[in-house]
Amino acid sequence: MISGAEIMVKCLENEGVSYIFGYPGAAICPFYDCITRTKIKHVLVRQEQNAAHIASGYARASTKPGVCVATSGPGATNLITGIATAYMDSIPLIAITGQVNSWLLGRDVFQEADITGACQPFIKHSYLVKNAADLPRVFKEAFHIATTGRPGPVLIDVPTDIQLQEVEAFNYPAKADIIGYKPRTQGHPIQIKKALQAIKDAERPIICCGGGVVLAGARDQMVEFAKNSGIPVAATMMGIGVMPMDSPYYLGMIGSHGRSSANKAMSEADLVILCGARVGDRAVAAPESLAEKARIIHIDIDPAEIGKNMTAHIPIVGDIRLVLGTLAEKVENTVPQEWVEHVFSLKEKYPPRGEAREDFVEPRVFIRDLSKMMQEDAILVADVGENQIWAARNFNVKEGRFLTSGGLGTMGYSVPAAIGAKIAKPRRQVVAVCGDGSFQMCMCELGTLIQNDVPVKIIIMENNRLGMVREFQDRLYGCRHIGTVLENGNPDFVKLADSYGIEAARAVNNAQAVELARKMLDSKKAFILVCSVDPETPSI
Amino acid sequence: MKYTISILVENQPGVLYKVSGLFARRGFNIDSLAVGETEDSTISRITIVVNGDEHIVEQVEKQLNKVIQVIKVRVLEPESFYSCYLSLIKVSSNAQQRAEIMKIAELMRAQIVDVATDCLTLQFTDSTERTETLISLLKPYGIKEIVRAGALAIEKGSAIARRKGS
Repeated sequence: MISGAEIMVKCLENEGVSYIFGYPGAAICPFYDCITRTKIKHVLVRQEQNAAHIASGYARASTKPGVCVATSGPGATNLITGIATAYMDSIPLIAITGQVNSWLLGRDVFQEADITGACQPFIKHSYLVKNAADLPRVFKEAFHIATTGRPGPVLIDVPTDIQLQEVEAFNYPAKADIIGYKPRTQGHPIQIKKALQAIKDAERPIICCGGGVVLAGARDQMVEFAKNSGIPVAATMMGIGVMPMDSPYYLGMIGSHGRSSANKAMSEADLVILCGARVGDRAVAAPESLAEKARIIHIDIDPAEIGKNMTAHIPIVGDIRLVLGTLAEKVENTVPQEWVEHVFSLKEKYPPRGEAREDFVEPRVFIRDLSKMMQEDAILVADVGENQIWAARNFNVKEGRFLTSGGLGTMGYSVPAAIGAKIAKPRRQVVAVCGDGSFQMCMCELGTLIQNDVPVKIIIMENNRLGMVREFQDRLYGCRHIGTVLENGNPDFVKLADSYGIEAARAVNNAQAVELARKMLDSKKAFILVCSVDPETPSI
Repeated sequence: MKYTISILVENQPGVLYKVSGLFARRGFNIDSLAVGETEDSTISRITIVVNGDEHIVEQVEKQLNKVIQVIKVRVLEPESFYSCYLSLIKVSSNAQQRAEIMKIAELMRAQIVDVATDCLTLQFTDSTERTETLISLLKPYGIKEIVRAGALAIEKGSAIARRKGS
């Protein structure tokens, strides 16, 4: 005989899970008890939301889904923001929650929350398990659903009595068979042919690379496609890092906070090749007017993305890695040279902004300096706010990664996601860049970081403001600042780090910041670098 | 415009919640909804009638296809299907009126399923238009209660909306 909880652990073992991130509670205790008898390592977080973010960072840096665990009720509801964050960025996540005993469901007993119901609008799929014998099938399906097609979070809610229920034996199914779920991978050959013809006919083509390219592991195919076709590449924020920043084909980030050169090139194009991008409002403010001027080729694995935000003249539904591979192989370089010269002259016309300062750390200059110092394969995790834009526009991703919460824009993502990324890739440099606002949303995770000895580097851009919202207030609300000042409320971050036993330092100008960044990167341990930033420094 | 959407789903708890949630999210009001088992008891059919524009219906169709337990979605082409509504109508009637109401029922091909001293209950299965006609004919007698079920729709001819490969 074997218990439901033992089955759950065995399922995770069978899926090759090596880490789970979680926070225990009464309803998930049977499962936790079984973790003591497995090689799977449990990382205790300080708040459940961060368990989901750590799992997300882990999933993005590795090729495996991240697994997070919480108890019923508040544990489960705390996971919600993390699940929604993963859903919006299509990150494969398995969330396991304890639930009250199945015979008490719906009675509003202690720590009961209908978590499968609550997560319904922003989760790929969820299960409420009512029989321990179903667990192997549920886990097999959950991992299959989370990692295939358009990836996303999947929730498994297991009542305590089901965790304790004894069943005959454990048999893990070899594969999941779900009648309603068969993601398409190959792009339709006729559509690919049409796309190739459109490329041939185009005079001003441009590629717009989104997060889907990263998720599909199609970086090589994208670089190859750009090289073989000669078409300039712009990226959405989620697509940063696919093209090396210094690539001769790369134009930079588009969007409301993107590079003017990339936006201008997009608006002048007569053919836009959208790759794994949903063109949300922050990427393209008026997608329909863009589609009126240019022909749109839209490549995405999710058929529901086609025509959702923008008309697609040539939709290609399929795995971007396969589609781009085929396109790269068959495409010819027919791009008029004057177009290429024109868009790259735009790139030179709008050089990066900011100058090094002696009274403050100029964040844009510092990020550019930092990226020169970091290793080729380093992972940079940006939080949300001005810090995110400083990082996105100025960090030069070479062989590494740029991670951020692009879709939901969840403040407090960077530190936990960086912890997850570092656990997945312990030999790589992992740096989190956050603001003083976003850091305070996740600073409890310093405990997780130090307890598990995860040597993540954290840069806090302290401007005593919620800078991005303040910019909104400046631009749209007559400079009436309300609720965006942190002054007199911030802790001394250096002392805070010290109280955890984490090395930290403050930089008050660019020269000092560079010097301390060197020290930070050389250190084998976690390090917090606090930068004093002028509140007036704009995001762009 | 009115759209009739026929959805085959796995017969599991929570599916209807997911499906209706996709409409609610887009501020879409469901005009009528009917759910029932199919010839295969593990599979249910949901028939939804909504008022909306083509773009939103196309989006909802694609989003419905993404729901794991949804097996097949069909937005039925106008004129390509037969649909009907079931209504139960309780109408006041004294002894004198009873014969008149029975005559109306006979003309409209409605069934009388319950008789009491002061009322009659009619069961009627037909199009929305004919249902409205019947209601207007019964109104002068005083309608006490109307219970209407969602539309059922089936494609004309030998076309069937079922899962691939079965």
